[in-house]
Amino acid sequence: MKSDKFWAWLVFILGGAYFIVPLAATFEFSLRMRRGEYSFDAYASVFADPYFASSFTYSVVVGLFTIIVGILVVVPAVYFVRLRMPWLKPIMEFITLLPLVIPALVLVYGYIRLYGSSSMIPFTGSVLGTDILLTCAYVTLALPYMYRAVDNGMRTIDIGTLTEAAQIAGANQLQIIGQIILPNILVAILSGAFLTFAIVIGEFTIASLLNRPAFGPYLVGIGTNRAYEPAALAIISFIITWGAMGMINVLGRFAPRTSARTD
Amino acid sequence: MAAFLEVSNLVKSFGTNTVVKGVNFAFEKGEFISLLGPSGCGKTTILRMIAGFERPTSGAIRVDGEDLTHLKPNQRKLGMVFQAYALFPNLTVGENIAFGLKIAGMPAEQRRARVEEMLKLIGLPGFEKRYPYEMSGGQQQRVALARAIAPKPRLLLLDEPLSALDAKIRVSLREEIRAIQQDLGITTVFVTHDQEEAMSISDRIVVMNAGNIDQMGSPHEIYNRPATRFVATFVGQLNTLPETTFGPSRAIRPELISLAPRPETDTTLTGTVSDVGFLGSVVRLRVDVAGTPINIDTFNGNNATPPQRGDAITLHLAAKDVLTLGA
Repeated sequence: MKSDKFWAWLVFILGGAYFIVPLAATFEFSLRMRRGEYSFDAYASVFADPYFASSFTYSVVVGLFTIIVGILVVVPAVYFVRLRMPWLKPIMEFITLLPLVIPALVLVYGYIRLYGSSSMIPFTGSVLGTDILLTCAYVTLALPYMYRAVDNGMRTIDIGTLTEAAQIAGANQLQIIGQIILPNILVAILSGAFLTFAIVIGEFTIASLLNRPAFGPYLVGIGTNRAYEPAALAIISFIITWGAMGMINVLGRFAPRTSARTD
Repeated sequence: MAAFLEVSNLVKSFGTNTVVKGVNFAFEKGEFISLLGPSGCGKTTILRMIAGFERPTSGAIRVDGEDLTHLKPNQRKLGMVFQAYALFPNLTVGENIAFGLKIAGMPAEQRRARVEEMLKLIGLPGFEKRYPYEMSGGQQQRVALARAIAPKPRLLLLDEPLSALDAKIRVSLREEIRAIQQDLGITTVFVTHDQEEAMSISDRIVVMNAGNIDQMGSPHEIYNRPATRFVATFVGQLNTLPETTFGPSRAIRPELISLAPRPETDTTLTGTVSDVGFLGSVVRLRVDVAGTPINIDTFNGNNATPPQRGDAITLHLAAKDVLTLGA
């Protein structure tokens, strides 16, 4: 009994150290910008850089649009496949896994060929067009996570009967999705949304090759030119990502409970 | 007077499997109709076609003279209660009941008044702020009933609404449903596989078997004059009588056999008591009559002790009570 506990603790401590030691070292290094003493100079330098704020804001805005477009694409698709075309589900599973298999580099080169300024649909010919293309690319990248989050959410409610109950009460398809389905899977959608956000904030390849002023390319640029600021930025990114993950957990507690089946 | 609910030549096939085989019925306004049958007999499919969730392969459904056959469910102005309650988990009880009213565009003030009226009707006043998960199954199903009738539908459809509830609540809720239905005079179609449930609350029963209607009539007619062998055996208890004395396919209800002669009895049987079941108001005897088991229901009497196992007894019955079972 006692030795069982000893081994469990040992594994736990080793595992914890694996994650915490590099993080603590990075944090410690980020504090050493001023010679001979610890300071937050590196953080001050990061926050003083106007390009930090502008690239971060840009990525947040793109992230928000990505989430909105993702929800508009995924929620109705999952709903109708579950309700009316369940035989399509394996195909849908396969398609939503593709972004994990196909490298972002391949995706963006495809985009540049298809939507380049000399093509039939020159999305990259204008700034707005390129931003739209970037958002669409991020929707694709986030698809595996958004799809699974929404699909799990719909599994917990009886969408068939709820849909019929709303239909017989006179509701149309739009009212059913907007007033019944969406509110009941809101927590699942939010967890998908925060995962999407975490992906968009750190993404480098696509933003860089489409030459957009996003946070990812900024991080890489700083990393190659400065010494202490990258460590500070790494810590800041960690805090943002953890914040997003923490929000998933907090919101999970507000999930609407489904009705009891019997007395 | 034209029928209020009219179903003509209704057929439904799923692939090569025909589950409803040309069903016809017509009922008056205000009637409580039960579709009764074992699972797979097509009763739920008929209800779902009336609701508009399934499209008939052929045939027509008319309500109040209007052909509904090709309308979408949300255009039919019907109310429905489901077996699994199907309350919207994200809405309060009040919002659930008001859902159809809101969709129909009723102003908020009138909606509130209607919700209050409905909650009083189902005996749950003051529950409008509760959420479905905070309520018992019986309470949830009553809310589902209120939600279905709040928009004053032309027809109320009940899809086995009592099956998920426990026995005691099932009985009290079915009485409540019947009382509310008679109060409002709303034409109601009730699907059930429980013959006792159907008998106790219906004006008319449609007994279904394998996609066809075997018999339609009042509970009294169905029970006392079953049209087919299936109806006779599915509805209520039945004793098959020994062929040697009565001929083939003769049967009798357990409560029509008595232990003492009555003025109308003209036939006797002798046998041995093989089992005695005391059910409170009713004493159920199992008697072995020359190898044929016969069940007898007698009322419990204060002063008469029921027969014991192994007693030899004489059974009295009237030849006019004997049913001849058809095909």
